[in-house]
Amino acid sequence: MHQTLSPFRRAYDLGARALLYLSAALTCGLLLCLIGYICFRGIPGISWSFLTTAASVLRGTVGIFPAIVNTLYVIVVSLVVALPLGVGAAIYLTEYASNRRLVEIIEFATETLAGIPSIIYALVGNVIFCVSLRLEKTLIAGSLTLVIMVLPTIIRTTQESLKTVPQSYREGSLGLGSGKWHMIRTVVLPSSVDGIVTGCILAVGRIVGESAILMYTVSMSTGMQDFSTIENFMKSSGATLTVALYVYAKENAEFAVAFSIATILLALTVLINLAASLAGKKLKR
Amino acid sequence: MEEPTILKAEGLDLFYGEHQALKSISMDIPEHRITALIGPSGCGKSTFLKTINRMNDLVPGVTIKGKITYHGQDIYGPGLDVTWLRKRIGMVFQKPNPFPMSIYDNVAYGPRTHGVRSRKKLDELVEQSLRSAAIWDEVKDRLKKSALSLSGGQQQRLCIARALAVEPDVLLMDEATSALDPISTSKIEDLSTELKKNYTIVMVTHNMQQAARVADKTAFFLLGELVEFDDTVQMFSKPRDKRTEDYITGRFG
Repeated sequence: MHQTLSPFRRAYDLGARALLYLSAALTCGLLLCLIGYICFRGIPGISWSFLTTAASVLRGTVGIFPAIVNTLYVIVVSLVVALPLGVGAAIYLTEYASNRRLVEIIEFATETLAGIPSIIYALVGNVIFCVSLRLEKTLIAGSLTLVIMVLPTIIRTTQESLKTVPQSYREGSLGLGSGKWHMIRTVVLPSSVDGIVTGCILAVGRIVGESAILMYTVSMSTGMQDFSTIENFMKSSGATLTVALYVYAKENAEFAVAFSIATILLALTVLINLAASLAGKKLKR
Repeated sequence: MEEPTILKAEGLDLFYGEHQALKSISMDIPEHRITALIGPSGCGKSTFLKTINRMNDLVPGVTIKGKITYHGQDIYGPGLDVTWLRKRIGMVFQKPNPFPMSIYDNVAYGPRTHGVRSRKKLDELVEQSLRSAAIWDEVKDRLKKSALSLSGGQQQRLCIARALAVEPDVLLMDEATSALDPISTSKIEDLSTELKKNYTIVMVTHNMQQAARVADKTAFFLLGELVEFDDTVQMFSKPRDKRTEDYITGRFG
C-alpha cells in the first residue's frame, strides 16, 4: 500500500530537511572558515628557525622553541604524576571499594570536577602550590595544578573501561586461585588498557589547550629556560604555547606570531586526536 | 561399591541478605564420581555449587552457617587459604570465558599464577591439559592464536583445559553446556565421563537427560532444600519423593 504525502506535509518535511541541512552547513562552514583563516594568517610565519630557536631581541627574530619545550615539560610532568594516581584511584573505586554509597559520592564529585571552569583550578593552584607550598610561579606549580585538572578525566575514562571488562574474566581468574591484585594485573588491566590510553591522550589534549591555569601559576616569560640541574628544573618558569600565544597577541601585539602559534596548536590537536583514535583501535585489535 | 567422601556438607544454610537461599543442606559427595545437581531455576543448586569453592565470597551480603568440608577440612574455617582451595577445586562456568589472550597463555595462566615459570614445565602442562580436555588435536597448530577465535564449544573445552592445568582434584561445572550446541555438549559429556577417573566432578545442569546420561549420583534441589540425593539410576527410576517424581516427569519446572 503506497500513499503519497499531502502537499502540506510534503512542504513541512522539505522545510525541516532544509533547516537541518542549513544548520549542518553553517556549523561546518564556520569551522572551516576558522581553520582556514588561522592557517592563512599563521602558515607564512612558520619556519624551521621559528620552531627551533628562542626569540632574540638583538637579532630581531621570533622563535617559539621555549614554548614548545615548556609545553612538553608540563605534559610529561603532569602525566607522570596524574597517571598512576588516577589509574590507582579508578582501580580502587571499581575493584576494591565495597561501600556503594561512598563510591557514588566520589563518582559524583569527580564528574563535577571534570566540568568546572579551569580558572577555578588556577586560583586554587596559585594559592596552594605557588603560595602555601612556596613553589612560586613555576612550571612545577603549573604542572601540579594541571594534575588536579586532568585527574577527573583520567579517573572517569579508566573507570569506564574497567567497567567494560566482563565479570566473567574476573571470575575465571579468581576461580583458578588468583589473588585479587594478580587478577587485576593480569586480566583486568590488559583488557582495559585501550581506555586508559584514550584517557591519557584526552588529558594531553586538555593540557595542551589549557591557558588559565598556566597564566595563574607559571610566569609568562618567552625566553629559554634552563633545565640543566634539578634545582633549575624545579625553578624554571615560562610560557607554554597557549600562554605564548596570549603574550604575543595581547602584550606584544604581534598578531602574525600569535597566528603561527595558533596554527601549531591546531596541528597538535589534530595529531593528538588522531593518535587517540589510532591507539584505541590498535589496542582493541 | 561406595567411594570415599570428598566433600561433605552438614546443615549448610546460606543467606543473601535476608533471603535464605539454602536450607540446611547435608550431603556427602563421593570421590571420582560425577554428581549432578538438578532442580528448577532459583532452587539453590548453583548457589550450593559456588559455596564449594567459595565463589560466593564475591557476592556482597552473603552469610553462611553450618559446615562444608573438603577432605575433612572446613572450607569456611579460619585457617583456610581461598587461593589454595580454588586451586584444588576448579570451576567451569556457564558461559565459556576464555581470557583475551592466546590459547597457550589461557592454559598457562593458572600454572603461572601459582608460580610455574619453567618453559618446559609449562609446555608440558599445556599439552597435557589440552589433551585431557580433548581439544589438543584441534588447536595444537595454533596455540599462539587468540582464544577468542575458537568456537563456543572449543572455548568451553579450553576453559576445562585451563581449569585442569592447575591440577585440581575437584571440578565444578556450572551448567557448562547450556550455552553450547548439541555436538559440543555431547563432547563435553563424554569428556566428563573420561575425567572422572582422575577427578571428582560436581555439575549443575538444567538438562535432566544430561544428568541421567552422565551422573553417577543426582541431587534434586527445590526452593533451597535438598529434596532427594541418590544414585542417578535409582532417582530416575524410583524417586522416593513425590516432588522429585513430579519434577523429573516434567510436571513442573
